[in-house]
Amino acid sequence: MAAADELTFHEFEEATNLLAETPDAATTSRSDQPTSQGHVAVAVGSGDSYGAEDEVEEESDKAALLQEKQHQQQQPGFWTFSYYQSFFDVDTSQVLDRIKGSLLPRPGHNFVRHYLRNRPDLYGPFWICATLAFVLAVTGNLTLVLAQRRDPSIHYSPQFHKGKQAGRPNAWQGPGGQGVTVLALPPVTVAGISIYCYAWLVPLALWGFLRWRKGVRERVGPYTFLETVCVYGYSLFVFIPMVVLWLIPVPWLQWLFGALALGLSAAGLVFTLWPVVREDTRLVAAALLSTVVLLHALLAMGCKLYFFQSLPPEHVAPPHQAASLPTNIPLSPTLPRSMAPS
Amino acid sequence: MAEAEESPGDPGTASPRPLFAGLSDISISQDIPVEGEITIPIRSRIREFDSSTLNESVHSTIMRDLKAVGKKFMHVLYPRKSNTLLRDWDLWGPLILCVTLALMLQRDSADSEKDGGPQFAEVFVIVWFGAVTITLNSKLLGGNISFFQSLCVLGYCILPLTVAMLICRLVLLAGPGPINFMVRLFVVIVMFAWSIVASTAFLADSQPPNRRALAVYPVFLFYFVISWMILTFTPQ
Repeated sequence: MAAADELTFHEFEEATNLLAETPDAATTSRSDQPTSQGHVAVAVGSGDSYGAEDEVEEESDKAALLQEKQHQQQQPGFWTFSYYQSFFDVDTSQVLDRIKGSLLPRPGHNFVRHYLRNRPDLYGPFWICATLAFVLAVTGNLTLVLAQRRDPSIHYSPQFHKGKQAGRPNAWQGPGGQGVTVLALPPVTVAGISIYCYAWLVPLALWGFLRWRKGVRERVGPYTFLETVCVYGYSLFVFIPMVVLWLIPVPWLQWLFGALALGLSAAGLVFTLWPVVREDTRLVAAALLSTVVLLHALLAMGCKLYFFQSLPPEHVAPPHQAASLPTNIPLSPTLPRSMAPS
Repeated sequence: MAEAEESPGDPGTASPRPLFAGLSDISISQDIPVEGEITIPIRSRIREFDSSTLNESVHSTIMRDLKAVGKKFMHVLYPRKSNTLLRDWDLWGPLILCVTLALMLQRDSADSEKDGGPQFAEVFVIVWFGAVTITLNSKLLGGNISFFQSLCVLGYCILPLTVAMLICRLVLLAGPGPINFMVRLFVVIVMFAWSIVASTAFLADSQPPNRRALAVYPVFLFYFVISWMILTFTPQ
């Protein structure tokens, strides 16, 4: 942002020139441009999704943002403890505020600019992911226990750690009759790894892509890596109540909750990314946004299908054979974890 | 040395004498005491750890450590605002509790087909890595508690949950059933709340007031996970 002054001046001139030509035209300003106070009078955004009152808010935010950016110029080296402490420099009220902001995305309020204000934290993403992983494992377990209650023929005992098969290698018959061992991972591990990978690798890819396309958009700087991680981390918060509500064993209700949560979460992501991507070509913008939404949807669907499989209503408990294959519940063959040759 | 004693004795002597000049003439008479005792008055109040505990019997060493651990157990069971856990931290108590919990939670190796619970190593890893993560989180948020003090507090506050595990195992001897489950649920919930209250009483003071909830929430999650492991434990 070293050329901020030039940009402001340049834009002011441009806008006043435009106004001089067409006195009753409505000029709109981009909500994330650093502009001076005088620009407020020019911006009459009618019909634009970013309303005028948001512009006034954004002005005071910009001033605070610039101050904070200068304040953060001197950061300790990455080998010191205080470097990492700077990422946890949040209060309880700030974290709660950010969570609320992710739950209720509004078109005018860019999550990064409005809530993060150049002070991304790692507390939120880390603990939201941890909570989500544990809640997934616990509720997935509970679902099966409740299913057992309804249908006593399912022989299943509530387990925390182990998957439906014992956490030891399972052997199933390969095509040539030879045994193939498949390691079944416990649900907590699977949940933890997948959620943490999603919440860290996808922002990394997104950040890298945005930086690569930085040349196309001169005026809007991309978000830093930590801000992207923050956005993704806080957007995963809405999945936690969704997972808890998935305990209700009504299938259409589960899909409804899933769609609602996915909508909220993806909307938050899209509204945050829209200002950055808007200047790009339409193709790239559309492709990027749809990829982001698609990955999010894949995560939600993966959680649903992996942890909350709907068991077949008529089920016969398998007899305990002398074979070394523990089969608690015969799963549908499409699932990768299933191994029971029933 | 008589020479050294004599030269400060006559300060008026300004005559430059070669050093140790009269050394050969010195003879120590028998009635000059050249030995004595130097005692520092405060010395009796300082407990000498290095010399006094080296010679004691093994029994007294063990008993002293056990008494310290027991005293801390009492502080956990009746949590008051005191600094004992924080001041003299030790990791014996957490080790004993963690080993006990892991031993009781592990499944019998005989029926490995029907899982009763996690392995010994898994419980161990969860407890210690969970405690380390919470401590790191607390320090990153700016708390002024040291690393081992926090580990000590978190480990000692597993005591109510270990008691809950014992009770659950006893209750499970009576056979499965819904009443059985409700009793276990009630016991685990009470002990979980006790753990949280005990650890919060010790840890909350170390954080600035606007970040207390941020530091306490991971503790809540940690004990919730352990409680879930205890609740879902079914011996086969």
